[in-house]
Amino acid sequence: MSGARLALLVCGGLAALTASVAVAVTIGPADITTVDVWRSVSAHLGVGDTALNPLRDGIVWNLRMPRTLLAAVCGAGLALCGAVMQSLLRNPLADPFVLGVSSGASTGAVAVIVLGWGAGVLSLSAGAFVGALLSFGMVILLSHSLGATMDRVVLSGVAAMQLFSALTSFVVLTSADAETTRGVLFWLLGSLSGAGWADVALCSLVLVGVLVVCLAHTTTLDAFAFGEEAAANLGVRVGRARLVLLCATALLTAALVSAAGAIGFVGLVLPHAARALTGSGHARLLPVTALTGAVFLVWVDTVARTALDPQEIPVGVVTSLIGVPAFVAVLYRSRRQT
Amino acid sequence: MTESDHTGLHADRVSRRADGGFVLDGVTVAPRPGETIGLLGPNGSGKSTLLRLLSGVLAPSTGAVTLDGLPLPRFGRRAVARRVATVQQNAHTQTELTIRDVVALGRIPHRRPWSPLSATDARAVAAALERTGLTDRADRFWHTLSGGERQRAQIARALAQEPSELLLDEPTNHLDIQYQLDLLELVTGLPVTTVIALHDLNLAAMYCDRLLVLRDGRAVAEGRPAEVLTPSLIGEVYGVRAEVTSDRGRPVIRFLRRAPEPADASDPSTRPASS
Repeated sequence: MSGARLALLVCGGLAALTASVAVAVTIGPADITTVDVWRSVSAHLGVGDTALNPLRDGIVWNLRMPRTLLAAVCGAGLALCGAVMQSLLRNPLADPFVLGVSSGASTGAVAVIVLGWGAGVLSLSAGAFVGALLSFGMVILLSHSLGATMDRVVLSGVAAMQLFSALTSFVVLTSADAETTRGVLFWLLGSLSGAGWADVALCSLVLVGVLVVCLAHTTTLDAFAFGEEAAANLGVRVGRARLVLLCATALLTAALVSAAGAIGFVGLVLPHAARALTGSGHARLLPVTALTGAVFLVWVDTVARTALDPQEIPVGVVTSLIGVPAFVAVLYRSRRQT
Repeated sequence: MTESDHTGLHADRVSRRADGGFVLDGVTVAPRPGETIGLLGPNGSGKSTLLRLLSGVLAPSTGAVTLDGLPLPRFGRRAVARRVATVQQNAHTQTELTIRDVVALGRIPHRRPWSPLSATDARAVAAALERTGLTDRADRFWHTLSGGERQRAQIARALAQEPSELLLDEPTNHLDIQYQLDLLELVTGLPVTTVIALHDLNLAAMYCDRLLVLRDGRAVAEGRPAEVLTPSLIGEVYGVRAEVTSDRGRPVIRFLRRAPEPADASDPSTRPASS
């Protein structure tokens, strides 16, 4: 019964995602068809030979494909992080961006570049992970000492986000070497332009790993519905579960931010949308959240790069335009439930 | 000691310190299998702390909580949760859950990661719903329920854990009197050992087999309701005057006014002007 429904939802989601990627890649100033996409992809995967000219093949394989796939991975990852954080912190407004974790990751990544520890995806992600853990730790300590109510957690997140955003801006603007930095806007708002296959590979790897960890904890996350003590009374080792899951979400956030900057509100909005489809059981919620997040960000990025053609809007601007009204709606709804 | 003294959940001279003082100081509680023990005492006397120690979510500073003679930490959290179920005060959730979802939470300690709800789980959930009279309301959402229905749903969740021991922290708080009686009838009719914190002395007298009275973290009296609930104990622990009568072997408590009652209540001239 419920297993079959989940299988249906996941298959439907995967089909929608594949179709979205295939179509999104064709949209843009260069005239590309889905047949071109198929030819290019099959040639690069070693099945069939390409009849495509190198320029069009380059646009598909080196520009649009990694960018679209990175959008899918970021959307899935951020939505997953949001769903886990919302359940663990019992806060419907929790999200890597709102809680300042993305900002901390940005600061960490920027610091790695400026201190000259290398600018490869791995060292960037490592720096971002440290930054994400620092900001997450700060938010948790601050909100715990304030009483950990919903609004205090969010206010602690605001404080962390402001602090780390300021640090990021400061470091980027004062660093002499503007060439190696990707600009303040990239780190604060997020952008998928300049995505490469290395980014896609690393982020996918981390996403799969974190997804497996989260799926192993679905009943644990269910147990948090009535709070930490209730979870402990249901046999959950609360301290350990919280540590594992918060570190996993920080790691995933870090990998995504070092590849695409701090894209906001995806993790806030998508879990609520997915809950409307699946109910609140995490065994169904987490995979469906990840899939809807992926489809969502593929289309949002397509809009961001084509709406004002040839000007490109940072994808984070578009997600914020969608996310802030959703934030207000969630806030409004939570008012009647407490 | 015979073997039967070791069965079930015991707290042996447990203490718990916080902020330099004792929240609980050398309290022993040893329910016999199947009986209902009432914890009484003013607010802050240590009832909730004692229940937390019994459920294992807090560790005692000294003394030990044992299950079948073995210290509680020797069991894993999951193993404890399969034996001991707790109904806390004021359960809140932001999550949209139906009654059935809430009751199914009780199966978590019995389930393995990656496994869906099994037929055994579904049977336990159905039985718990039936026992608490919630079967026909199982698909209603938590945030639409009354206080009494929420407590009932939490008790059903606890029953779905299939525990041998049930701990309840003031489950009748904020309920209309009808639901208070319903709830205590339900709880005391269950085939489990129950430790229940209560603030209403008459309800405790009516429903509990034995009582343990706490004050400032210490046990000041223990025994059958008729032995424990005397005017002098009530005066000592709660600082109020009370008259205790007996109804079918159970004490009935009537509290008395602070000021000496007027000699002749029917004569308006003897009443205090202010009242």
